[in-house]
Amino acid sequence: MSEPNNLLVEVREVTKSYDAGRITVLRGVSLQVRAGEMVALWGASGSGKSTLLHLLGGLDVPDAGEISVCGLDPRLEPDRLELRRRHLGFVFQLHNLIADLTVEENIRVPALATGLAPAPTAARVRELAERVGLAHRLGHRIQDISGGERQRTALCRALMNSPRLLLADEPTGSLDEETGETVFNLLRDLALRDGITVVLATHERRFAEACDRLVRVRHGQLQED
Amino acid sequence: MLAGQTGMRILSLVFTNLRRHRLRAAIGIAGIAFGVAAMLTILAIVTGAIGMFQRILSSDSHYLVFERNVSDLFFSSVTSAQVSSIRARPGVTEAHPVLFGLVSSPGHPVITCFGLTRDDPRLTKARWRAGRAEDFGVKPGEVFLGARAAEFLSAKGGGEVDIGRGHFHVGGIFETENGFEDGGVFLPLAEAQEFFHRGDAASVVTVKLTDESTGPAFKAALEAAEPGLVALENREFSSTYNSFKILNFTAWAVGICAFCLGGLGVANTMLLSVFTRIREIAVLRVCGFSTRQVAALIFSEAAVIAAAGVVAGFGLGFALLAVLERVPQFHGYVQASVRPAILLGIVATAFVTAVAGAIYPARFASRIQPAEALRYE
Repeated sequence: MSEPNNLLVEVREVTKSYDAGRITVLRGVSLQVRAGEMVALWGASGSGKSTLLHLLGGLDVPDAGEISVCGLDPRLEPDRLELRRRHLGFVFQLHNLIADLTVEENIRVPALATGLAPAPTAARVRELAERVGLAHRLGHRIQDISGGERQRTALCRALMNSPRLLLADEPTGSLDEETGETVFNLLRDLALRDGITVVLATHERRFAEACDRLVRVRHGQLQED
Repeated sequence: MLAGQTGMRILSLVFTNLRRHRLRAAIGIAGIAFGVAAMLTILAIVTGAIGMFQRILSSDSHYLVFERNVSDLFFSSVTSAQVSSIRARPGVTEAHPVLFGLVSSPGHPVITCFGLTRDDPRLTKARWRAGRAEDFGVKPGEVFLGARAAEFLSAKGGGEVDIGRGHFHVGGIFETENGFEDGGVFLPLAEAQEFFHRGDAASVVTVKLTDESTGPAFKAALEAAEPGLVALENREFSSTYNSFKILNFTAWAVGICAFCLGGLGVANTMLLSVFTRIREIAVLRVCGFSTRQVAALIFSEAAVIAAAGVVAGFGLGFALLAVLERVPQFHGYVQASVRPAILLGIVATAFVTAVAGAIYPARFASRIQPAEALRYE
């Protein structure tokens, strides 16, 4: 699929339900995201924000409708793999880092999947760590660093393979107000500076309003503010 | 090329994973190590025993003649008339009848006894600690002992020893490289035949030919003239003798059973490892790992466990063999023989077992759905 009009994400009439159709989470939603945009999916818990992000990242498949991300179809395994390796970065509410590994080892994980050589991998890890202020923590284990530092590590991991699109699912959800603010600003600055497109799922209005676009998710439907 | 590089990078994660689950990895390694050690010990001892027995039979000879259709050489009977007939055949340089039997002594219920003729080459080739080869069979009522047998019977040259119901004078003590012979008791053939009530029969006849290439003709002529006997080339005998085959089969069977336990240990280790890392594997998938890479990760962990298990198992096995060879109670019967084929077989079995044990865990891991695993944050 092509990327007309600089369109990075296109969601058309997508429906998703769970429990054999008894719980419908998304009801025929459509969404377009252009390259370089920072779009907030804002809504209450259970509104379908995370489900939409999972569909965009190919972590789940829709029951109906079409999705195109970076010109690829996340429903197909080869496209999905290509997306995750070259085009997508994920940040989750709970950092989902690998316990017992160091900060550096965690950031390096996406490079293992692509087979990036050790020297450029090390240079990229250091560059990212310096940008988020984690350079002094690279050798520390995950259990030895703070919640904010863990989320910054997860952010570095998501950016390791220089993705075009960052999917952030409540990245500030498990952090206190101040740390959450720091992580959000970092996310926005990195995206802005590198021209990365961001789709951010959040229930916090202040973060949603700080994005380029705010899309309200309610009862499985999208409403642009 | 890229796949190879990726594989090498993933290998670093394999070692990291094993390092952070040390106890679990150690249990898997121990399972394989015990399998390797058990297989190595059993096979080395059995192969060594077979080798010793083969050397007894093939001592300075080309052919072995014994009674046709006997289940074991201990039950074979070759009469003195048949021995004479063999000796008289064209091309036969030497023919030595040997009688095998089992005797007991107080505290030692099973000792191998050899009935030999005075001109048997194993007597002249031995290193004599007491007495001389020329003394063998000269005086009646004398027994000769292998060096190890003399040790465990606490016998000295010129002394006395109880064998079965008899009381014998020790005519000499000699040392050979063969553990069975070294732990054996030797009687002149005629006295052994009387002792075991075997008339004029020997168990086997070892035959040396003037020209080894005439062997097939010798065999055909002998078997035609003496239909009750069979003549086998030493190599042929080793590969067809039932007792050797049974011993070999048993050794491999026991060894493989030990490995199956090791394989179950690896399967258990890998399964536990996967179950406790479901979320982590989901994260790897999100970070771009393919199902094949996830499976490769699990298989590689199993292979590393197998490699470590093989190294530890060989260490343990060789140490155990060294100890067993020195245990006096085994009377020198343990003479381990480790052939490259055995080592290769063990290594192959270890890797096959470990990889087989990792099939289900790898399949399970590669089928983890990231959305399912990460949904309930």
